[in-house]
Amino acid sequence: MNAITVYGLTAAVLIGVGLYGFIVHPQPLRKIVAFNVVGSGVFLLFGVIARRGAAAGFGGDPVPQALLITGIVVAFSATALAVTVLLRLQEETGSTTLASPPPPDFEPAPATLPPARNADA
Amino acid sequence: MTAASMVTGDWLLPAAILVPFVGVLVALPLGGRRAAWVAGITIITGGGIAAAIARQWWSAQGTLTYLLGGWAPPLGIALRADGPAVAMMAGIAVVIAGIAVYARADFAVPAAARETRTSLVYWLLLLSIFGSLNLAFLSGDLFTLYIALELLTFSAVPLVCLDGKGETLRAALRYLVFALAGSIFYLLGAVLLYGAFGTLDIALLAARMHPGSTPWVALAMMTAGLLAKTALFPLHLWLPPAHAGAPPAASAILSALVVKGSWFIVIRLWFDAAPALAGPAAAQFLGALGATAIVFGSVIALRQERLKLLVAYSTLAQIGYLFLMFPLGYDAAGTFVRGDALDAGILQALSHATAKAAMFMAAGLLYKAYGHDRLGELTGAARVMPVTVLAFVVGGLALMGVLPSGAYLAKKLLQASAAASAQWWWDAVLTAGGFLTASYVVLVTVRVLRRAAPDAARPAAVPRSQELAALALALGSFALAWIAVTGPLPASLVKNPLAPGELATLATTILGGALLAFAFAREAPFAAGAGAVRALRTVFTPVGRTLEAIDYTLRGWSVAGLALLLVTLTFALLMRMHG
Repeated sequence: MNAITVYGLTAAVLIGVGLYGFIVHPQPLRKIVAFNVVGSGVFLLFGVIARRGAAAGFGGDPVPQALLITGIVVAFSATALAVTVLLRLQEETGSTTLASPPPPDFEPAPATLPPARNADA
Repeated sequence: MTAASMVTGDWLLPAAILVPFVGVLVALPLGGRRAAWVAGITIITGGGIAAAIARQWWSAQGTLTYLLGGWAPPLGIALRADGPAVAMMAGIAVVIAGIAVYARADFAVPAAARETRTSLVYWLLLLSIFGSLNLAFLSGDLFTLYIALELLTFSAVPLVCLDGKGETLRAALRYLVFALAGSIFYLLGAVLLYGAFGTLDIALLAARMHPGSTPWVALAMMTAGLLAKTALFPLHLWLPPAHAGAPPAASAILSALVVKGSWFIVIRLWFDAAPALAGPAAAQFLGALGATAIVFGSVIALRQERLKLLVAYSTLAQIGYLFLMFPLGYDAAGTFVRGDALDAGILQALSHATAKAAMFMAAGLLYKAYGHDRLGELTGAARVMPVTVLAFVVGGLALMGVLPSGAYLAKKLLQASAAASAQWWWDAVLTAGGFLTASYVVLVTVRVLRRAAPDAARPAAVPRSQELAALALALGSFALAWIAVTGPLPASLVKNPLAPGELATLATTILGGALLAFAFAREAPFAAGAGAVRALRTVFTPVGRTLEAIDYTLRGWSVAGLALLLVTLTFALLMRMHG
């Protein structure tokens, strides 16, 4: 097993673990962390792909590296925005659940959900 | 997008993207008091640029290409303006202008009043959406499209929670977190494609792409990710609360414009980058998701008690319409022919953009006047606010596709494609869709036409400029049809709306809609004497309730997450089956 295979497999594991966390954990903060774990996997994969340039005698393909940096900046901004909204949600409502209220005559009625309100200005 | 039809575009292409963002940078230090003016000037300039690009494209009769910094792909980045991009850019500029006129009354700061943060932020976000959409339409490579997609989401999420209330913050976070899952799916697919073919430029990819497990998985992931961002059924968990909770001037942007960005990228993938790869089987599945969205969205719209939620669910149904064109891009033998399906899709998207913006604006005005948007208590609105109600109804009529609107042309083109490629079932879906669209328009119309109770509170007055902006956008869909048949499409597509055949279709659609509204609505819109009609209600009310329960389950987080994986898997398997 060479280094590239190890990197590739690690990327796959990170993506898988992240997706599992994203689907299974109900708390938004966990979901945001899971998103970052998947992101790390994708960036690692892109890094491995950049090694293809090495075959042509270069140290690496420069295009993926440029895209990678941009991707990391985007993921960072996304995380910052998500955490800010999450903090405001906690401040405003005191809870961070993402569950939505059920339709009016939905049965069985869930016990802990907030009542539907007109959420408009 | 062949080399033969390539024409070098000039600075207008990057300017279309840069101008809105320059507007953002200028408005930020100038503050909320002047932001509305900066936005106005920017939107007029942006509209002018879009018109100039359209003129250039028309006289060149080919795709305009601009290489950033003079570097050619695969190392450089190309901007390309082809027919769909030009049409979308021009249409979006008009809708944004209409929304801006409407928003002035809500977000402009009067001379005496204190400046608020919302008034500044709204205009910044509006301009930023304008720029991101232009980027999505013009980008020639998949990574720049990813950037456009993210810019669009980052501008749309704060619009949802502009009023800072708990419920809207929750809706915004739902939207953001699910959209992030969608974008990471898209990015992973793009990375895999780069690994397999060494480029992300769409024209180069189209030439290099060949069937294989990597491109299948990549394309499936990218498509599923984009569907999550477009909120196509069953990946729509974020849409209803986000679109219904936002202030009306923001809802109009979200519903009319933002979902079109990611939808347009699906077109780039399926029609430009990899038509042969996607294959007819996967396209049938995509169309089937669209058809399901139409049924679910419309029926659940009928079961809403609040007008804004009804309009939000109608968006869900209309998003379904946008995906019916994909299977019709293939002929009876399953070969990709492109055909008229793409034109139809663009017409449908622009028609929905104008009409849905108008409907959200009208709903917002009713809310403002009455202080609520509970459907049952809006009786008499048609007498007090005739222009607002007219805007809503005209918007609805445009979407039904029975009068010569953009949606009407789209329906005709799609029906012709369905007949030519022997896919009769899409014709059936289109006809049923017309009935379902009519049903919720009839439901609302009947409610607001009814006489108000004598002791009912008189609604507050709303600015005339807002009512007229809504009406103008509602009529926009009809103007679109007129432009389309005087320009690129044959005039024979539009029949005289007063001809007996056309009138019969109109009457049948509205009657069918009324029956559906009666069958599914939470409260029957009118009293019916005939026993057979009443029996309809006893049969269909439980069906509606079941659909609503299924929808609620699908909007659960883990179910939606699994659905995202399942949709990806299905696409990959269907593509493989074809290849």
